[in-house]
This record gives sequence, structure tokens and C-alpha cells, in this order.
Amino acid sequence: MRFVGGKFLHLIVVILAVTALTFAMLDLLPASAAYAVAGANASAHDIAAIQEDLGLGDPALVRYGKWLAGVLRGDLGVSLVSGQPVAQAIVSHLPATVELVVLAQLFTLLVAVPVGLLSAWRVDSRFDRFCSTLGFGLTSIPSFALAMVLVYFLALKLKWFPAVGYAPLSAGVWPNLKSLFLPAVSLALVEWVILMRVLRSELIATLQEDFILLARAKGLPAWKILLQHALRPSLFGALTVFGLQVGNLIGGAVIVEQLFALPGVGRLLLAGIFAQDFAMVQGCVLLIAVAYVAINFLVDAGYGLLDPRVRRGGFARG
Amino acid sequence: MREPLPLLVVDKLSVHLPCGDRIVRAIDEVSFTLQRGQTLALVGESGSGKSMLCRAIMGLVPGRALLPAPGRIVFAGQDLGALKASERAGLCGRRIGMVLQDPLSALNPVMKIGRQIAEPMRHHLGMSRDQARERSFELLRAVGIAQAETRIDCYPHQLSGGMRQRVVIAIALACEPQLLIADEPTTALDVTVQADILDLLARLQQERNMAMILVSHNLGVVAGRAHETAVMYAGRIVEQAPTDELFARMRMRYTRALFDAIPRLDDPAQAMLTAIGGQSPDLAALPDGCSFAPRCARAEARCSDQAPTLVSDGHARHRYACWFPCAVGANT
Repeated sequence: MRFVGGKFLHLIVVILAVTALTFAMLDLLPASAAYAVAGANASAHDIAAIQEDLGLGDPALVRYGKWLAGVLRGDLGVSLVSGQPVAQAIVSHLPATVELVVLAQLFTLLVAVPVGLLSAWRVDSRFDRFCSTLGFGLTSIPSFALAMVLVYFLALKLKWFPAVGYAPLSAGVWPNLKSLFLPAVSLALVEWVILMRVLRSELIATLQEDFILLARAKGLPAWKILLQHALRPSLFGALTVFGLQVGNLIGGAVIVEQLFALPGVGRLLLAGIFAQDFAMVQGCVLLIAVAYVAINFLVDAGYGLLDPRVRRGGFARG
Repeated sequence: MREPLPLLVVDKLSVHLPCGDRIVRAIDEVSFTLQRGQTLALVGESGSGKSMLCRAIMGLVPGRALLPAPGRIVFAGQDLGALKASERAGLCGRRIGMVLQDPLSALNPVMKIGRQIAEPMRHHLGMSRDQARERSFELLRAVGIAQAETRIDCYPHQLSGGMRQRVVIAIALACEPQLLIADEPTTALDVTVQADILDLLARLQQERNMAMILVSHNLGVVAGRAHETAVMYAGRIVEQAPTDELFARMRMRYTRALFDAIPRLDDPAQAMLTAIGGQSPDLAALPDGCSFAPRCARAEARCSDQAPTLVSDGHARHRYACWFPCAVGANT
């Protein structure tokens, strides 16, 4: 219980810090949301009226206080630009992001874990060196460049997948998966390398342990030694990296979302920043901060699942 | 009278480890035989090749290690070198059990001990989960763990060091092996439980008529617990004899030095511990002559020119490798 309470306090501190900083940053920008609302041909008088209308004339601290009070009542405010409630906008952009993250991290796991296991089992083998070289090559290419190559071959040439656009789940599972496949793969192509390298190095250390020698002395086959004995104690670093990757993708897959025209949270945030739509930006930042802290919480709980020694110490690593 | 077919024959076994452009001779032409139900003690200082020898018998040498001809390991009439890797793994844990030095690191920290004991039985004997669990209770009781019913669901960190070593022994015994290799089974343990574990091993060995290889750096540990003792230095066996005979008539100065290094209760309180001077030799660049010569008080020119080979003492299967052995009966 103390663990949960501590995490909750942590959440509040993180949210206050992040939203206050975002607010301050938006306030420092010279332009104002009123320009975006008023349009290109508005007069100075129009803009002043809109400023007044949106409450942008108040000092920044007052506006932040008002926003915060709204959040506590469960009201994230309305978009300054479109008038749409922020909560509604986020909810409508969430499915694309969540699906993209889940699919990308699924592909990441599916490649990183087997490759990590095989590379660590035979360090410096041809397979190990091939995968390491390939991995370093992939991480040094930006994911959008890879995405464009994928789009060119798999979407434009072979026409297996749509090049852009998002089909929601309501349009059917298959079209939905097809529309997310290329974006997820372009993210996973970069992400798996990091996860694999972390898992590989931790596995190499675990495989030197006496209990692995004892498992071999029991006559167990290699796959049992790897999966039943070596994998679980080697997952700490990978779990940490995995959590960071998920958190990062929730707001940070913006380039891939933009490239594939996916209506995700990253794009919503970016549009909000361009329009000086502080209510929208704050809403997105709030979501990302909550997601980060929640993932962090799950990762800490995961350590306890991985290792009973952590459990006894009341999440000593957390 | 013909001797019965030995359980284990190690014949001119060498293990070489390539290390850069040098070759480390971890084991150099070691030969011995072990009869069923007998205990052979391997004694020597750290780095003398005892553990590597155990691992070679188990087939667990590092991947880059070379086992040059004509070295052979014959277990129950089977040349282990001729077996496929899978057949070899079929012997490990089933007919040959192993106990490692440090019970704190020999058990998987994230797996309940019940599963770790059951594992070889499920794998080799095809037992069901319940059968293996029943048998695990018996094994835990056999190795002297009280309250087996609750302890079986413990994780290793919830048990003491001595208890964990008992669990490791239970794992080694799970499939009723014919040979038990105990690699320094008490070195990492509290002095108060060392004797318990050694007595337990001796009792189990007699009850089950197992052969045992008992490795130690402490000659005192093997006294009275091994039928035969082989003393190792720099990857070779340098003296070997029935244990009583060895203690009565040590011929090698190295053996005597190991013996003198055992602290004794009747030593005066502030007495310095006796150590063997010098360092063990570089196994990648062994001298031409006797490898112990640089540290031997009685070494002469011949010792550094010509390596002595194991010769018979002509008395009770006592063999040693020294040009100028200690005089029989001389206790200095």
C-alpha cells in the first residue's frame, strides 16, 4: 500500500511540474492563439477582441490556475481553435496511438527476444555478428526514412498495404491491422535493436552464472536452459527499456503518425503547438505524463514478478 | 584376481584452452580409474585443474576448449568422446550428478526449489509433476531438510547456505546417479556445517553405492572420507595413493606443503598459518622440468631440466612424480 501511495504522490508531482513547464513555454512564444483563431486577414482590433474572448488577457499564472482548477473538476477545457472539448479530441485520437504502440512493441518483442537469446547463446557466432551489424545499421537510419522505403515497396509497388490513412477498428479488424502494419513496422525496425542489445548483454552475464552450469549439469537441452533458466533473471534491463519505449511512443511517434496520416495523439499535440492552442497542448501533455507514470508503476511491479527477492523487500528497486 | 570393470576411466586426458596465440594447458595428461562405490579425492591448490577436470568429465568445458588425442573418458564402458552431444547430455544429471562449490549461486534465484529438484526427474525419467514432487519430498528428507513440505515451495534466498547445499545435493541425487562429482562442496560454507555436509555425502554415497569424486583444496577434508586421493598441481596428477597410505607416506614436497597448510587446533594461538611460497605457474608457459621446481626447497638442476613422470612407489599403488621424493617415514 505504501508503494501505491508513494507512486500516487510521484504522479501528482510529475504532472504539476510538466504542465507548469509546458504552460510557461507556450507563454514565452511571441504569437498567440488569437492569431490562429482569427485567420490571416484579421485586423488588430479583431485579434484583441478574440484575446479578450478566450481569456488570454489574464496573466499566465491566473490562466494556469484556472486550467488546473478545471482539471480537478474533470474538465480539460475546450480547444481555443476549434471549440471542441479537449477530452473528446484526445479520446478520438487515442485508439490510433494505442494500437500503433501495441503493435509496434509486439513486433519489437517478437524480433528482439529470439534474436537476443540466440545471439547470447552463441556470442560472436556468424548469426550474432550479422544481427548486431544489421541492428546498428537500422538504428542509424531514422524511422521515417525506413518508413518511406517500406511504403515504396510494400504499398506502392506490391500494393499489400495502404500507403497512408487509418482504418478504425469499426471498419473491420483486417483493414485496421493493414493500415497500422507499415507504421508499426517502421517503428519496430528501430526499437527492436535497442531491446535486443540490452537483453543480449544481460543474458551473456546470466549465462556465466553457476546456476546455468548446474542446469547444464542436469543434462537439460539448450532451449530449456535459455527459456526456463536464463531468460527470466535477464529481463530487468529489457523491461526498463520496454517501458521507456512505450512511454516514448505515446506522444513521440509523431513523425510516423504524420507520415502515414494516422490520427494519433502525437499529431494532435503537434497541431496544438503550431496553433498556440494551450488547452489542447496541456491536455496532451497531461495524458503523456500520466501514461509515463503509470508505465513506470507497471515496470516497478514487473520487477517484483520477475524476481522474488525484490518482492520481499517491498519493491526495493522501485 | 581381475579387478571388476571400473565405472570411470580417465586416460591421458588433456584440456587445452586457446587464449590469444597461447595455449593454456588446464589439464595435462591426467589418468585415473574409479571403481563403483569408491571415493576418489582430488586435492590441489586453486588453479591446479581440479574443477576443469570435473567439468571435462561432465562434458561442460568452455566452448573453445580442446581435448587433444589420445585423451579419453570412459564411463561404464562407453567412450564419452564418441557420444553425440545429446547422448552426452542424457548422462548428465541422470547417471552423473554434480554438486558445485557455491550453493548461493548454484540455484536459480527466481525458481522455487521444488521445481529445480523436480527438473532432472521430469526431463530424464519422464515423471509427472506430482510424481516428481512426491520424490522431491523424499530427496529433501534424505538430505536432512526438515519440514520438506513447506521448504519445497521456498525460493533459494529463503534458505541458509547449508540448506541450499543440501538442496543442490538433492538435485544431484534425483535420478540416482552412479557417479557423484562434488566440486569443493563445502568451501563456501560455514565451518560448522562443513562436516555435516561431508558426512551427509559420505552416508549417501554408501547407502546408494555411488562412486564419488570429492574435490577439495584442503587435505584435511578428504582424510578418512576418500578411498583414494590424487594430488593435482598445474593440471597434472603429481601424487596418487590410497588415502591412508598417502597420509602415512607422503612422497611429494608439494603434498606435504598442502598438509602443513591445514591449520591445527593444537597450534599456539598466535601461530602464523603456513602457506606455500611462490605462485602457481603460468599454465600457458610451463617450464621444461618439474612445474613445482621454482617453489620447491629441495629443487636441484635436474628438476628444472627434466620433468619427472609418475612412477610407482612399489608400495600399495602409491605413485608420485618427483626426482628427489621425501624419504619414507621422514616426517620433516
